[in-house]
Parts: sequence; C-alpha cells; structure tokens
Amino acid sequence: MKLEEISEQLNVSAQCRKYGLSLWQCPQFLFLIMGIIIVVTAITVYWIGTKYIGDPYLVSLIILGVSAVLFVIDFTISHSFEKLAEANKIKSEFISIVSHQLRTPISNLKWAIELLMSGRLGKIEAKQTEYFKILKENIGRMGELVKDLLMVSRIEAQTLFLKEKRFSLSDMIKELIVAFRPLAKASNITISFKNQKDLPQIMADPFQIRQVIENLLDNAIRYTKEKGKVKLKLKLEHDNFYFEISDAGVGIPQKDKKYIFQKFFRTDNAMKYQTQGSGLGLYIAKSIIKKSKGKIGFKSQEGQGSTFWFTLPIKR
Amino acid sequence: MKKILIIEDESALQKTLGEVLSQQGYEVLPALNGEVGLKLAQSEKPDLILLDLVLPKIHGFDVLKKIKDNPETKEIPVIILTNLESMEDVKRAMELGATTYLVKANYSLEELTIKINQVFQNN
Repeated sequence: MKLEEISEQLNVSAQCRKYGLSLWQCPQFLFLIMGIIIVVTAITVYWIGTKYIGDPYLVSLIILGVSAVLFVIDFTISHSFEKLAEANKIKSEFISIVSHQLRTPISNLKWAIELLMSGRLGKIEAKQTEYFKILKENIGRMGELVKDLLMVSRIEAQTLFLKEKRFSLSDMIKELIVAFRPLAKASNITISFKNQKDLPQIMADPFQIRQVIENLLDNAIRYTKEKGKVKLKLKLEHDNFYFEISDAGVGIPQKDKKYIFQKFFRTDNAMKYQTQGSGLGLYIAKSIIKKSKGKIGFKSQEGQGSTFWFTLPIKR
Repeated sequence: MKKILIIEDESALQKTLGEVLSQQGYEVLPALNGEVGLKLAQSEKPDLILLDLVLPKIHGFDVLKKIKDNPETKEIPVIILTNLESMEDVKRAMELGATTYLVKANYSLEELTIKINQVFQNN
C-alpha cells in the first residue's frame, strides 16, 4: 500500500462521504472504534494481569495474544463492511447512470408522440389515436419509474436537498384530490377530506411533499378493491401538522409490515392485486418526511385496509 | 420573423422542437454542438437561444459564459433546456446569466412553447 493510499484511508470522514454512509455505518470509522476497544482491552488485561498474575512475561504474552486476535477480527469485519459499502456504492452509481441515460430517449419519445398526436404533421385517424394514447401512457410510466430511480439515487448519495417555502398544505391536498378524481372515479372510489379550519401555512419543500401525498393517495386508490372510500385528514397536533389517509383496501400482511418502507419491497398480496408498481413510493415518502424533520407510519390489517400518516413541524 | 437558435446534440429533439417552433412562426437555427452553436449565436444574433448543457466540443456552461461575456450577444435571452437538475447546475446557470432553466423530462412540448412565448413577452 502506498503512502498516499494509507493517508487516504486514514481520512475517515472523506471515506464515509465517498460511500455516502453515516459515521456509524462507515467501515473506516468502525475500524477506528474497534481499534480503541483493542487498546482499552489491552490496558484492562494488563491491569488485571499485573494484579493477579505474578509473571510479567506471561502478562505481556496474554496481552499480545488478545490484541492480535482482536486486531484480526477487527480487520476482517471492517474489510467485509468496506466491500459491502463499495458494492452498494457501485449499485447506486449504476442506478444513477442508467436513469440519467434513460431520460433523454424518454424525452425524445414523449415529445415526438405529442407532436404526432397534435395533428400538426397530418390528420390522425381515431384508431391511430387509440394506439398513440397507449404509447403515450407507457412512456409516461417509464418516465415516472426513471424519476423514482433518480430520486432513490439522490437519497442514497445524500444529495436530496429541500427547497423550503411557505405554502398551504390543505390547498395542496385539495388540488391533488381533484387531480386524482378521474383515477378514483374509474375505480369506483370516493375521496373525502376533513381538515381543521384556519390552519397556518407550512414551511417545507412543496415539490417533495406533493410527491409524498401523491404516492400515498395513489397507493390508497390502487390497492382498494372494488367500490370503496379513501379518507384524508389534516389537523394540528402539538407543534406538528398531522396528515392521515385511510383506505379499505387489501391491507398489509403482518409478516410484511417491517419491510414496508424498504426500497423495491412489495407485499405478496399487493403484487397479486396490482402488478404495476416499483416498490419505491413508500421508501421515497419516508426519506422525504425524515429529511423534512417529520415522522411517518401506518397501521394496517390484511383484508381490512391501511391508514398511513405523517407529521411535519409547523416552523412558524 | 423571430429567430431561435437551438443548441442541442440530440437530433431527435432538434427535429421535434424545430418542427413545433417553425409551425409557431419562428425561424429555427439548429446547432448540434457547442462550437457551431457559439458561432451561430455570434453570426446570426438570434432573438432567443435554447441551450442544452451536455454538449460535444464545447460544454453548455462554457457556451453560456461566452455568450454572456460577448457584448454583442449578452442581451440574448438563453433558456437552458437539459436533463441535469442538480441544485449546483441550476445555480451555476442562473449565475452565468441564463434567463430560465427547464428540465426536459418535466415539460411537455406545449408547456415548453408556452415558456418560450413567455420569455419573448418578458423581453
């Protein structure tokens, strides 16, 4: 190992940044902590040894032995951690590169279809329009997936920054209900919204919070079987905004509850009922709420429905 | 007739965007790389420039800087049209003098033409 490489390895915070990990998940930092533990153990062994064993050579030998074993364990563990962190970093970079590269062809397709459908290049027959609509819808789906993947790579690289400003959360929810009404109507679902009067404005990133509510609303509608109701609630609770969305949908099986906010995770019953979906929506929602200093959670019973909630600080 | 220079290396986007803008009554000048774009900006003095950032030969940021450093072209409004959307890129483009910054993936063709018309109205 060259001198430069050694000094690079010794720069713990730079190494942690490289992997996009917090200090307590960073292999170099853990190596350091375990090194300190070895030193403390060696001193303790020396202290106990000199107190209870007469022979100083034996004490030294025990200390050397214990330290060597601990050092080997420390090195092995942190080295495996580093390998994992490296693999994770490569995976994140792969997602980022692929999704960036996919954006351009998707934009090309999206605009070309739009131009064709506008009739500016010639009249389009009804039957052709039908197929252009299919193309447009699927390009839209690809675009959404790529947007979600880019969001994931931003979250993982810790480059998700919030552009906070004041806005009415209640107005945003009302707008989204209007936007989702056609989807709800098509699925025979009614959406109701109960909000506390005279709520103050919130200080948060409107673009990101909109994404969270969109994801929750989309899930509530998609996972409701047949006719049903989706109920939204917004109120103040202590010094926080409290938002809640309940559905009478397929619900989440007990065994899957702990994985629900993990990326790419989809429950078996969700996949049975709704084949579309990347398993990224709730992971993104949780990351945004956490970054906005709020909390997110849910209660659910399989076959009965789910209630997802989040809180956000008021920040007057 | 108002002239719009499109500096964009994706020929598919050049074609689509060029078609729509021509139909709207604009004269469209296409440039497939930064070098040609810069030359056309100086020789043709367009009324508006649509500029991509990731470009061959000269990067979009350098093209923007050169346009804004040249007294003859610095008044031309430049719309950044890219798929890069990091805060640093937006900040850098605006500091260099871009009029507005649009992320391709977030706009439909119609919304884009509305934005272009708005820039003309404001200038």
